[in-house]
Amino acid sequence: MNPFDYERAADAAGAVSTVTDRPDAVFLAGGTNLVDHLKLGVAEPDLVVDINRLELTEVEALDDGGLRIGAMVRNSDAAADPRIRRDYPLLARALLSGASGQLRNAATMGGNLLQRTRCVYFQDTSTPCNKREPGAGCSAIGGYTRYHAILGASADCVATHPSDMAVALTALDATVVVLGATGERRISVTELHRLPGDRPEQDTVLEHGELITALELPPPRPGASTYRKIRDRASYAFALVSVAARVDVDTAGHAPVIREAAIALGGVAHKPWRARAAEAVLRGAEPTAETFLAAADAELEAAEPLDGNRFKVPMTRGAISSVLAELTGVPEALPESTTEDTHE
Amino acid sequence: MSDLLTTTAVGTHQARLDGPAKVRGLAPYAYEHPFDDPLFLYPLQAKIARGQAAHIDPSAAEAAEGVVHVLTHDNAPELADTDDGELAILRSAEIGFRGQYLGAVIATTPEQARHAASLIEITYAQDDHDVELREDHPASREPESGSGDDVRTGNVDTALAEAAVSIDERYSTPMEHNNPMEPHTTVALRDGDELTLWTSTQGVHPARATLAPILGVEQEKIRIISPHVGGGFGSKGLPHADMMLTALAAQAVPGRPVKYAVTRQQMFSITGYRAPTLQHIRLGARTDGTLTAFAYDAISMSSQTKEFPEESTKPGRMMYAGDNRRLTQRVVPLDVPVPSWMRAPGEASGMVGLEIAMDELAVAAGIDPIELRVRNDPTTDPDTGLPFNQRRLIDCLREGADRFGWEKRNPQPRARQENGWFVGMGVASATYPASRQPGSVARIRRTPEGFEVSIGAADLGTGTWTVLSQTAADALGVPIGQVDLRIGDTALPNATVAGGSTGLASWSTAIVTAAQELRSEHGADPAIGAEAHGEAEANPAAEKFALHSFGAHFAEVRIQPTTGEIRLRRMFGMFSAGRIVNPTTARSQLIGGMTMGVGMALHEKGELDPRFGHVVNHDLAEYHVPVNADITDIEADWLDEKDPQAGPLGARGVGEIGIVGAAAAIANAAFNATGVRVRDLPIFGDAFLPT
Repeated sequence: MNPFDYERAADAAGAVSTVTDRPDAVFLAGGTNLVDHLKLGVAEPDLVVDINRLELTEVEALDDGGLRIGAMVRNSDAAADPRIRRDYPLLARALLSGASGQLRNAATMGGNLLQRTRCVYFQDTSTPCNKREPGAGCSAIGGYTRYHAILGASADCVATHPSDMAVALTALDATVVVLGATGERRISVTELHRLPGDRPEQDTVLEHGELITALELPPPRPGASTYRKIRDRASYAFALVSVAARVDVDTAGHAPVIREAAIALGGVAHKPWRARAAEAVLRGAEPTAETFLAAADAELEAAEPLDGNRFKVPMTRGAISSVLAELTGVPEALPESTTEDTHE
Repeated sequence: MSDLLTTTAVGTHQARLDGPAKVRGLAPYAYEHPFDDPLFLYPLQAKIARGQAAHIDPSAAEAAEGVVHVLTHDNAPELADTDDGELAILRSAEIGFRGQYLGAVIATTPEQARHAASLIEITYAQDDHDVELREDHPASREPESGSGDDVRTGNVDTALAEAAVSIDERYSTPMEHNNPMEPHTTVALRDGDELTLWTSTQGVHPARATLAPILGVEQEKIRIISPHVGGGFGSKGLPHADMMLTALAAQAVPGRPVKYAVTRQQMFSITGYRAPTLQHIRLGARTDGTLTAFAYDAISMSSQTKEFPEESTKPGRMMYAGDNRRLTQRVVPLDVPVPSWMRAPGEASGMVGLEIAMDELAVAAGIDPIELRVRNDPTTDPDTGLPFNQRRLIDCLREGADRFGWEKRNPQPRARQENGWFVGMGVASATYPASRQPGSVARIRRTPEGFEVSIGAADLGTGTWTVLSQTAADALGVPIGQVDLRIGDTALPNATVAGGSTGLASWSTAIVTAAQELRSEHGADPAIGAEAHGEAEANPAAEKFALHSFGAHFAEVRIQPTTGEIRLRRMFGMFSAGRIVNPTTARSQLIGGMTMGVGMALHEKGELDPRFGHVVNHDLAEYHVPVNADITDIEADWLDEKDPQAGPLGARGVGEIGIVGAAAAIANAAFNATGVRVRDLPIFGDAFLPT
């Protein structure tokens, strides 16, 4: 752990100004990720600006029927908020499937969005990592990649974004409210995180010193929605694959038709992955097991799995079709029998 | 056969005597003993797997705030004995594995020590390393520290060729890491020519006996104190390099206590682990399932720095009958950290391959897997030819099957589906030796309040404080409240290690013997201050009997075919372990072992990156063990019995048997659920997905 200065911010503008002026300053919110990084040497700031006293802790109704969630609302509080539970159940589910009770009590809504990848090489300063040290090389490629990307990765980085909450927000078309030195701006959550390209050190489009102050949810949309997380143990594990989905089916006509579908995937890319290709297949189609598999296949056409995560392609396919079947009440398609013996 | 103790407290539920202190935070673990003005240690670790630390420049660290001393091989104290490659640290620039200690920074705060360590420049001369275990590795050889020679009886190859039913399969278990809640911690203080270690160990006397000759110090000059241990699972059974490093640091700063808590990441390269194994098993049987050929060839990874074989073949030596037998155990020493004890070393990994193989043989022969085991239950130990003490495997299988509802199992795989999940049941046998170690001594002294009972035993959270108090109460014929037990200190009489499920049998024998001595020397009502000693000798029954515990595991799993998710639905273990001294703590031991078996089956795998030579998922977020949500319904019970060959309590230890066979039962249940046979642990959901 490097020595660093510590300041407690009294107001958001002051915090932004302080961090903007110091190139190696960082904000400290819940600390569930940053404090680990301080200990491990992954983060070496010279100034930590604690924003835990900022009054960004309200969940408020918006005039348009949406909801504004302060950036410092704790994950546990958001998951328990009756309006979120009623109108955005997939967000509540996503929040509750993340981390552990203790961590959710500390983690904040803004901080959750900005948590960094759990790629083991990123977190281990004894191995090269382009995200930690641009140009050093990517150790994950050719290494342990069970939790790594199958979509949108680059030759420089195959890391995934670990948040569950962000996947739900992506399916919900949430907006991130950001305060910078020159004022406030709004960013669609789908545009907040970047694909790695040749600058994997940049997780998001935020400028240094910009502070997330709130999340805004649009008015609730019709249809059934849920969040499903596939992981290696029943709790306290990052997603291998997760699916946040909302499907609105028009049952008025002769045959049911999907009016609208919104799908986001977690655990598969450097950012929460909005599955636009799958959505396009679903829109206007009849909800059948075949349709769901076709939608999943459309999205996975671009998949480029690594040696260590080829299973994620059929797993994602199964997860998407299974969630859509659940939301529409259509019987699920079972995969063909795999009675062959396996040797890993 | 020894006389069994007449029991009042033994055999009854007793809440942990140390429980109230623990939940109130008053039970001092090693790091928590209060010290004035302590120093803190942070280690330097090698970042290459083989080569030399050609130059270590400590100057930046020495100049850093708070730094008192930087320890490297250039200035480390001499060692009197360097035969133990794991403990003879800081001897030279040579590096045998990635993560090896190269030195330490000692500073006035832990943060200063850690920061200063990061400032030290180390120049490496890197050599090629080899960390990949494979069956045809040219360095494969017989272990030097193995527990038995190869077995070659009859003609296995002919018997296999002629067998009506046979299987020939390869199984593997991965690198697994003991992760007790309390990491390895030591506080070391040198005062004059005396050294005191407050540490977390499964045996204060064995640790001292190991360290003293290496440090070149008389044992009497070292005191080790360890009243409470936050879990060990074998990783605190033998002293590891962390304890030695702290002891060396204390030599360098006499008069000041040096504190070192190993970080979770460091544990993956410093404090031992279960070495990965490759197991080739061939079984041949008649049409009725009786074995005619039994061939078990196993290889485990070991370390160039110090050998430790994970002897998977151990249970295969005595588990089942069969005239034509072949067992071979090999190790491949590689440039990896030093493996060590992890709960049931040998048995836990061996009963993965063997018990899956038996399930495969049952399928091949078309026989119920319980019935197959019944038909192959030997009357005498195939290894030694001795009769068994109480071989009640069949009772465990049959009683367990009844309790679990085995008759509801459909032997046809992939036949049962509920809410979109395939459901299946599996069974596997369990076994563990019932050993007693000689040499433990108890001292009992009459006090105004009752009896002070002293023995340097260890409580790893297992219940030693409680069960030894129960034992002493009955041995003395007094209520448990009159027993004042003292453990976990080399200032107390010698005790053997809490390992190999030997603790209870060894220590209780010493206590019972001491109580007998007290009576015979001082009468039925000894005067205050009267005292006597008793020593546990080797169990004479071990000459005449093959002493083992047995058990049977039953598991039901569900598997989601579209996503591959596998979850344990319920699990039951039925055990034969002699008398159960305290049902409360014994149950915790057994279901704890079973839970660790669930981790072995479904979660645990150290991902050793061959390019770098270290385990890259080295924390508890990435290295998975089961969490509460994974263990929804688990129960253990035991046959009501006493083992007259096991010593005065008639009890055999239960620390390890819970894990043995547990993973195989889950793997066999997964096959029954899906028809997919997984032979390489752990079983991830990937196995059930189309490729």
